[in-house]
Amino acid sequence: MDVKDIIKPENLVYKKSRLMSDNVFNFCPGCGHGVAVRTIAEVIEEMGIENDVIGISPVGCSVFLYDFYKFDVVEAAHGRACAVATGIKRVQPDKFVFTYQGDGDLAAIGTGETMHACNRGENIVIVFINNGIYGMTGGQMAPTTLEGMKTTTCPRGRDVKTMGYPLAITPLLAQLPGTYYVTRQSVQTPAAVRKTKKALRQAFENQKNKKGTSIVEIVSNCNSGWGMSPTAANKWMEENMFAKYPLGDMKVDGQLVINNVYEKK
Amino acid sequence: MEKRELRLMKGNEALAEAAIRAGADAYFGYPITPQTEVIEYLFETDCTARTGMAVLQAESEVSAINMVYGCAATGHRVLTSTSSPGFSLMAEGISYIAGAELPCLLINVSRGGPGLGTIQPSQADYFQTVKGCGHGDYKLLTLAPSSVQEMADFVALGFDLAFKYRNPVCILSDGSLGQMMEKVYLPEQRPRLTEYPDWATNGTPKGKERRFITSLNLLPQQHELVNIRLQEKYRRMEQEEVRYETIMCDDAEYVIVAFGIIARIAQKSVELLRAKGIKVGLFRPITLYPFPMNQITELAENPRIKGFTSVELNAGQMIEDIRLAVEGRKPVGFFGRLGGMVPTPEEIENAIIKQFDL
Ligand SMILES: Cc1ncc(C[n+]2csc(CCOP(=O)(O)OP(=O)(O)O)c2C)c(N)n1
Repeated sequence: MDVKDIIKPENLVYKKSRLMSDNVFNFCPGCGHGVAVRTIAEVIEEMGIENDVIGISPVGCSVFLYDFYKFDVVEAAHGRACAVATGIKRVQPDKFVFTYQGDGDLAAIGTGETMHACNRGENIVIVFINNGIYGMTGGQMAPTTLEGMKTTTCPRGRDVKTMGYPLAITPLLAQLPGTYYVTRQSVQTPAAVRKTKKALRQAFENQKNKKGTSIVEIVSNCNSGWGMSPTAANKWMEENMFAKYPLGDMKVDGQLVINNVYEKK
Repeated sequence: MEKRELRLMKGNEALAEAAIRAGADAYFGYPITPQTEVIEYLFETDCTARTGMAVLQAESEVSAINMVYGCAATGHRVLTSTSSPGFSLMAEGISYIAGAELPCLLINVSRGGPGLGTIQPSQADYFQTVKGCGHGDYKLLTLAPSSVQEMADFVALGFDLAFKYRNPVCILSDGSLGQMMEKVYLPEQRPRLTEYPDWATNGTPKGKERRFITSLNLLPQQHELVNIRLQEKYRRMEQEEVRYETIMCDDAEYVIVAFGIIARIAQKSVELLRAKGIKVGLFRPITLYPFPMNQITELAENPRIKGFTSVELNAGQMIEDIRLAVEGRKPVGFFGRLGGMVPTPEEIENAIIKQFDL
């Protein structure tokens, strides 16, 4: 059977969003970034808001977002996505503005901008990719790197005594009155992607209804940075990352969902 | 002639009022002496109620400049103001704005450094503003007011130049201009923008190509071309935007070169020296970048002129540009006070007399 015999409308089970360009992803094969990026496009397409969307792609693996999306995108300096989003949103409150940030971007260099945007309740969507490492720069320690986890800047494993503890930042942000929706999801299985998509939809709906800040954290892998095959990386993520960063809602409709805020012992 | 409202105002307030009247869409800033009156004035006069202009106190200058970046990316008229340490913090953001070719207005009401320094006036940020500040080969079109009137007038001008060149424009002022009160003719209210440039990322209009803003180019071959294009733009500014003022230079034998507040003081020194029969003139660069190179070269080539003195509120920064323009044709001396000190007209007078042995 030739490949042409398979490409038929009745065999079509998945179609790329028309808001995605034909450019090839810069993400490594097996990385969760690609799934997260296209899931956002699907949500925007389904809501029919692509003419009113402005995405912010700060430095990190997210930096080339403008190559992949067919709607307006602003690249931002490392860590400053939430400030850039604020600048846009304050003069265009009716547009949909979202940031797409790594853990280094959101929880290290950009902690201040993130915290204060959330504290002001900026009516934006923050998509936070927590892969426990600095992907773009080749696998250095991130604030979210797990205790004992090896990276190029903690080659013998993260020593919390000298390097600090893994930072679960979303539970902190959930405490702020400005945040309306805070959830932690993942994209390593079709079921997980469906949940993430639902969460993203909720976040954008919140923005439409001017509810304040919505944060969708996506716990993801970095198979290159972690030095694992894609499947091994996903397995490691489920066993280790999900223990420190349990999936689920932390805040819904402005109400804390207390049980999910902290890691399960 | 247009009817202009006359008021007695602080430089910072005049600038803030002028920003509202220039049809600014947004201001983002963080308090720092001696410019805090700008944001206070905007809130006090309720600029949002007046024109719909957005104003926000950011959590830091780093954040403020990135809010400016975002807002500028949407093609709106946006400004920020700060003083020296804050300007240092904005450096990376300014470089991104220049690299992404976004228009915006940056105000530095500068103070004495280095470090926390002093809140008194200084011009020690000349290098920072004119020669770089942030990383990379970019230029900040810089206007240097020397009166409260110019603090107001340069706002609309600054916005227009920023949009003309898609480049950040800086008003380099200082603590004395920000704090002193003078009468000022205020411009009439001009409307805020209702249409935005084609490149603005404010949501893709239906049926049009989407836009994106970035300063990134991983391929050096491409990025060199971007840099060449930027340089061509800067050359164009150098051709078209040089601004300066000359006072009694027509018959002058000695020329004081000074910008900003110190040019106001030096004007008095010129009078004092003239009263003694010494033919001194004042050359005041209004644009610090582009610097009035050719005009100073021309003066240097004039056989009547015996020398120049750069008078600055720093240890000698603009003098480097003057020397580049003079190219050794005439002596170029320097007089400056440091760390927030401002000389009297007599001190400058004496410095000229001493330099040229008059
Ligand atoms: C001011 C500044 N500091 C450092 C860098 C270098 N840098 C680029 S991306 C990055 C970390 C990216 O990690 P993260 O935000 O977690 O995103 P990921 O690449 O893992 O998706 C760093 C340190 C930079 N570009 N700018």
